Amino acid sequence: MSFPGTYVLRRLLIALPSLLGISVVLFTVLALAPGDPFGELVSNPNIPAEVAANLRLKFGMDDPVAVRYLRWLAAMLHGDWGFSFASRIDVSDLIMQRLPTTIQVIGSSQLLALLIALPVGIYAATRPYSLFDQVAGTLTFIGFSLPTFFTGLLLILVFSIELDWLPFVYRSDIAASGWRFYWEHVKQAIMPVAVLGLFQAASWTRYVRSAALDVIKLDYVTTARSKGLRERTVILKHVVRNALIPVVTLVALQLPSIFGGAIVTEQIFRVPGIGSLLISAILANDTPVIMAVTFVLSCLVIAFNLAADILYGWLDPRISLR
Amino acid sequence: MAGSTLASASVSPPEGVYRAKPVSLAQDIWRRFKRHRLALLGALILLVIVLGVAVGPWLWNVPINEIDFNARLKPPSWRHPFGTDDLGQDLLSRMLHGGRISIAVGLAAMLIAVVVGTIVGAIAGMSRGLVDTVLMWLTDLFLSLPQLPLLLLIIYLFRDSLKKLVGAEAGVFILIVAVIGGFRWMSVARLVRAQFLSLREKEFLEAARALGASRLRQVARHILPNAMGPVIVAGTIDVANAIIAESTLSFLGLGFPPDIPTWGRVLYDAKDYLDIAPYWALFPGTLIFLTVLSINYIGDGLRDALDPRRVL
Repeated sequence: MSFPGTYVLRRLLIALPSLLGISVVLFTVLALAPGDPFGELVSNPNIPAEVAANLRLKFGMDDPVAVRYLRWLAAMLHGDWGFSFASRIDVSDLIMQRLPTTIQVIGSSQLLALLIALPVGIYAATRPYSLFDQVAGTLTFIGFSLPTFFTGLLLILVFSIELDWLPFVYRSDIAASGWRFYWEHVKQAIMPVAVLGLFQAASWTRYVRSAALDVIKLDYVTTARSKGLRERTVILKHVVRNALIPVVTLVALQLPSIFGGAIVTEQIFRVPGIGSLLISAILANDTPVIMAVTFVLSCLVIAFNLAADILYGWLDPRISLR
Repeated sequence: MAGSTLASASVSPPEGVYRAKPVSLAQDIWRRFKRHRLALLGALILLVIVLGVAVGPWLWNVPINEIDFNARLKPPSWRHPFGTDDLGQDLLSRMLHGGRISIAVGLAAMLIAVVVGTIVGAIAGMSRGLVDTVLMWLTDLFLSLPQLPLLLLIIYLFRDSLKKLVGAEAGVFILIVAVIGGFRWMSVARLVRAQFLSLREKEFLEAARALGASRLRQVARHILPNAMGPVIVAGTIDVANAIIAESTLSFLGLGFPPDIPTWGRVLYDAKDYLDIAPYWALFPGTLIFLTVLSINYIGDGLRDALDPRRVL
């Protein structure tokens, strides 16, 4: 069992340059930006000139680029993300308040997407070009052509305005306790989770279907059938396991776009997550918050890519030997 | 003189033997594309939408910014087929003008993505070793960047100075097209590189090399035309993605300013009036959806039509 240690270590070493690369991209964008991102401080009449000058000194705005980059990176890695201009609290506190909500919404929507995509994709692959396959195929096409912002508005229109079943504003201060509290929570999370989950489910269903179709053609599946195994066993025990391997990578690769969808969804339903924090920070010219949120999201993407790589090595032992 | 017999090029077919008319590549692709019913329907719908936004503003020449407080939030009627918004502006006219910009953004961003992707992919595919490794690392890096947050960040940082430089409308257009295109070239680069890796080992290329074709000629004349099939498909789908990206930015209030009514922007303005004026949101949303769906189906049809190995 030499696999976990060295393999995980090697993956970690590969992930590190990507993290550095992303930080360079972020810093370049910030450094290339015309004007002074901290100009807000200077033009803000509520902040005395000497405080602004001190802040410039603290952020070392006049040092050479390389020094500024290293210092910025060190501060970012320490979690020293500065002070929000708009909310008057530390950026790290602000992000820690918002992050759990986002992870909850994204996590449950991914779960929903998997629960739809796996059975539908595999069933469609076992009966290619059947009626079920064609209907599922058309629905997936419609699903990923519907932009999340439009689906969100449609759901609000139908379920909040016409039927009045679900609330369309996400509230974090529900005045209830016990079961009622949880029920209210679930009710307000249904629409955001459905919007994100259905969009993901549409694209994953295609991947699962084509991955399963590739595996079903292989010789070992024919062998399993000719041994007299029941079709159910062949599909569930032999096909699904191997069909899942490429799907894991695709799930991780799609994560950046999932964050994009989460930002839109949070904005529509006013979910107090990290995405709506980003939008309100941009509208309020709150540079430290914008930088920190982008950095956190990048780190999450890298972390999930790493997790997918490791999972991939576990699912497919051939990979870790290389 | 054995072996010097002419190849059968000059032999004419015997009388009475049926000879099929020569079919050009374009005709063959069209014949295959036609088989995909939904792709054909998509092409038709897209044609109607494109013609509508191209010709429409001349036929329906109601100004997009004519404010009429007597006709606020009126549902669709003969005077205003798509209804009016909260300032009494005619929505049909705004849809037609906005569609031009939305589709133009999609096409321009796709062009940037395809050109950048093809160049990166071609360089990586032709050079072995370090250059290839670095370029592919860069591609993977760009793939794992969270796009929407970065798009928002860049637009936030650069919007004002570009506006000063080239004017509000052109500035925002250039910025949005550049950033959307600049974050979409990666899949094209990977496709082109993969095509190059397999094509550069093929015999016809060996023949070209043996005849002394320069590297540039090999790429431009022999590899690129053969590598274009998947790129055309990816480019088609990129148009749809770019339209969604632009609409998303406008929907978040960070794309085009309110006096430029792209479909996403109209949707953004409409979302607070969902309960009293649902049609206001439904028209732009449906148009975005139909355009994107049609383009995706066209891409699907082209994928089948451009793959010569596929029997149709």
